[in-house]
Amino acid sequence: MSYNKQFNAETQLKLSPFFDRTSKLNESQEWRRWSGYLSATNYELTHENEYFAIRTKAALLDITPLYKYLIEGPDTQRFLDRLVTRNINICKVGQVMYTPWCNEDGKVIDDGTVQRISERKFRITSAEPNFEWLDYNAAGMDLTISDDSVTTAALAIQGPNSRDILNTVSSDSLNNLKFFWMMNTNFGDIPVSISRTGYTGDLGYEIWMDPNDALFIWDLLLEKGKPYGITPTGLQALDIARIEAGLILLDVDYISSRHAIIESRKSSPYELGLGWAVKMKKKYFIGKQALEREVTRGPEWEFVGIEIQWTELENHYRNVGLAPGLPSTAWRTSTPLYYKHEQVGYATSGAWSPILKRYIALAHVKSAYAIEGTKLQFELKVEHFRKLTTAKVVKTPFFDPERKRSCPS
Amino acid sequence: MPELKKYDAIVIGGGHNGLTAAAYLSRAGKKVLVLERRYILGGAAVTEEIFPGFKFSVCSYVVSLMKPIVMQELMLPKFGLELLPLESTFTPLDNDYLIRTADPDETYREIARHSLRDAEAYMRFGPLMGQIGMAVRPILETIAPNAIRPSLSDLFAGKKLLNHFKSLTSEQFEYLTKLMAMSSADFLDEWFEFEPLKSTMAASGITGTLMGPRSPGSAYVMLHHYMGDIDGSFRAWGFQRGGTGAVSMAIARSAQHFGADIMTEAPVEKVIVKNGKAVGVALENGDEYTSDIVISGLDPKLTFLKMLDESDLPSNFVTDIKNFRIRGSSGKVNLALDGLPDFTCLPGDGHHLRGAIIISPSYDYLERAYDDAKYGNFSQEPYLDIILPSVLDPDMAPPGKHVMSCFVQYAPYNIKGGWDDQKREAFGDAVINALARFAPNIKDIILHRQVLTPADLESTFGLTQGNIFHGELSLQQLFALRPAVQWADYTTPIRGYYQCGSGTHPGGGITGSPGEMAAKKILSKW
Repeated sequence: MSYNKQFNAETQLKLSPFFDRTSKLNESQEWRRWSGYLSATNYELTHENEYFAIRTKAALLDITPLYKYLIEGPDTQRFLDRLVTRNINICKVGQVMYTPWCNEDGKVIDDGTVQRISERKFRITSAEPNFEWLDYNAAGMDLTISDDSVTTAALAIQGPNSRDILNTVSSDSLNNLKFFWMMNTNFGDIPVSISRTGYTGDLGYEIWMDPNDALFIWDLLLEKGKPYGITPTGLQALDIARIEAGLILLDVDYISSRHAIIESRKSSPYELGLGWAVKMKKKYFIGKQALEREVTRGPEWEFVGIEIQWTELENHYRNVGLAPGLPSTAWRTSTPLYYKHEQVGYATSGAWSPILKRYIALAHVKSAYAIEGTKLQFELKVEHFRKLTTAKVVKTPFFDPERKRSCPS
Repeated sequence: MPELKKYDAIVIGGGHNGLTAAAYLSRAGKKVLVLERRYILGGAAVTEEIFPGFKFSVCSYVVSLMKPIVMQELMLPKFGLELLPLESTFTPLDNDYLIRTADPDETYREIARHSLRDAEAYMRFGPLMGQIGMAVRPILETIAPNAIRPSLSDLFAGKKLLNHFKSLTSEQFEYLTKLMAMSSADFLDEWFEFEPLKSTMAASGITGTLMGPRSPGSAYVMLHHYMGDIDGSFRAWGFQRGGTGAVSMAIARSAQHFGADIMTEAPVEKVIVKNGKAVGVALENGDEYTSDIVISGLDPKLTFLKMLDESDLPSNFVTDIKNFRIRGSSGKVNLALDGLPDFTCLPGDGHHLRGAIIISPSYDYLERAYDDAKYGNFSQEPYLDIILPSVLDPDMAPPGKHVMSCFVQYAPYNIKGGWDDQKREAFGDAVINALARFAPNIKDIILHRQVLTPADLESTFGLTQGNIFHGELSLQQLFALRPAVQWADYTTPIRGYYQCGSGTHPGGGITGSPGEMAAKKILSKW
């Protein structure tokens, strides 16, 4: 039992080990809550420069609020393989896998990355607390689970220049680090581990470190990254980037089956566009039986990208004497989608993509209407009146640059 | 003073349920008279200035399940209903504490300080209890059927309930069954490991009952408390500005707005019965009022065994009422304070003082407190449910001063040798000592102390045996069995005589529900 007698309003939200720097850099003083942390919405008064840092320079994001668990012991591989839908048995030391995990009904609890740190040691990240679920499923297994959420701090450096910046500070070159692999290296005397992962769909890395080294590393990256355009970046820019990358967000695009209070709020991996991550050839994983039935039947819903068609959108606004109104930031309001006046789905997040110059959204659509090219009607409010405008089902990711996966030759 | 001596309906008892029934009947155009024994309205929901400048919610102290439809139909906000949220639940411990607040991040973080597992389980527990509450609500909102000779509408209601049960998910069904059968300690053990969290939650399962946290059936009482309903959100508890008496006054003003006559200091001696039918009431001063409808807001013992002669009633019914469990188990200590209590584990002012302060550090603490009561003593180290109304509503005390309400359990009505002044003071001392263990300055800041034993609750508020719920909320006396089989639909064996107190379905707490449903039942037959 710990003793904390400092319980008051000032300590109600957690402060990341980077807060001493981020709080001073945050010109807008706009903050959001992320997993109980104060997290910068944007550092400048608008997020635009930060967004373009992700796509054209390098963005630096404090991702410490991610939940992180270390799992260690002889049964760890077996345990994780049972837990998640991907095949952990083929995950090599130094490899990272993105995966969802489900309850027995095959409904997604959370999604995150599994890092194989050593033969018997893994780290798993998640959007929500998952200790109880991990612990519950580890019964009878020879392993230990420790909450690493506070004991490891993390930064994401994302964007085309991110590799160059890391190469200037890292004792080992990152040129051979492949997409979804990780390595241990040093920044000066400080050991860090770097994974080539991220939530932007761009070239990018995530740096895992001891919280005591947090400020040193932040300062070092900002200093050495300056010539490369490194930019402290907040959640608003990240939200647009992750939509462009077609990456789902828990509690926005889906609800954890651990917390959804009614059945219809729960989603299977197939219903979230994560069918590729479900390895049915595995002997067993939690939810497999239910998912087998779903595969036979075909999923009821699918998760798709939609693109709101420009000319029609423009006409709606022109009819009331306005230029097209576009969202300046990503939105998260569930928005109905129709097919011939019948509602067949709903978009859960969307944004105007500044790099693609397209109005895009992520949507749940009944399977029959999820085929690429299907024209749906998107509900749009123009000057207080609801209009329907055409939105086409398209492939995701909307934005998928070659640099995301490539290595320098 | 009302001149009319003939009324469409007479309500005995100006408690919040009696007033609610009166307001509904008046709203339907009936001429209604409410007769209250005391000088003040409200029954157990009453605010009194016991010590100059300090207002006490003397008896009932929080508002839990006040039904939204009652608040709306009787326009209670217009007549003074102002419910302030209780922000937190604070459990002081000897070297630490536990606090739960309205903020999920803050509560998660605080529970995780003690147990990471519990912090996550807690996030799921609340919504689940909300869902179970949803599952139970249609039962609470249905007029309990006559289980032996059901009427046509009883059958329809029964069919509806059956369909409702069929619609429950397996999870809802599982937990509902468990809540009906288990002790709150066993039920919570399935969910949590940090004992102060469990013992604090379990405490709501013993409130107003002579049961311990390990007594089977206590889990249901816990659920009953989980269904508090403020602004439509389940589980929230609230504090009425001006004390609970202000709730009663809001209902009274609503009743008067609709045309009801209300008399205080008008104790009823008997219901006048002629040929098996109620025809009016006789007051202790000899005055008589006639009416074809008489409604009692008193508890079942007083409603039937005092207001009527046993010879007027079927003997098996008299037996049922005599067996109705109404054991008083709690007392109340109200303090006028010169300042705020200072908790050793969390010194100074803070939002831990803006909600419930629960002295319930472990299961054993509660169970030992119960052991004392089982054998006819008050608890040497009692469970306390404390609020500081003046922190939420400064008008309750002079500036800078405070009032403190301590609900205390256990204080059995049937104490060895009976209650007397000496035992009352010893009981009061035990309460102060239990609190001083965690807030030692309390002894230095008491300006006035009001100690109410179950015997006092009985003599002052007409609560038989001092039971705050007009009868325990145990399963064998709920729904179609409250207060007796065949007579759970607010009717009685005497034609024209109805009941509308907390001793009827759905039970105790400031809900307005028995009053509302009794009135609707009466109006449906009019």
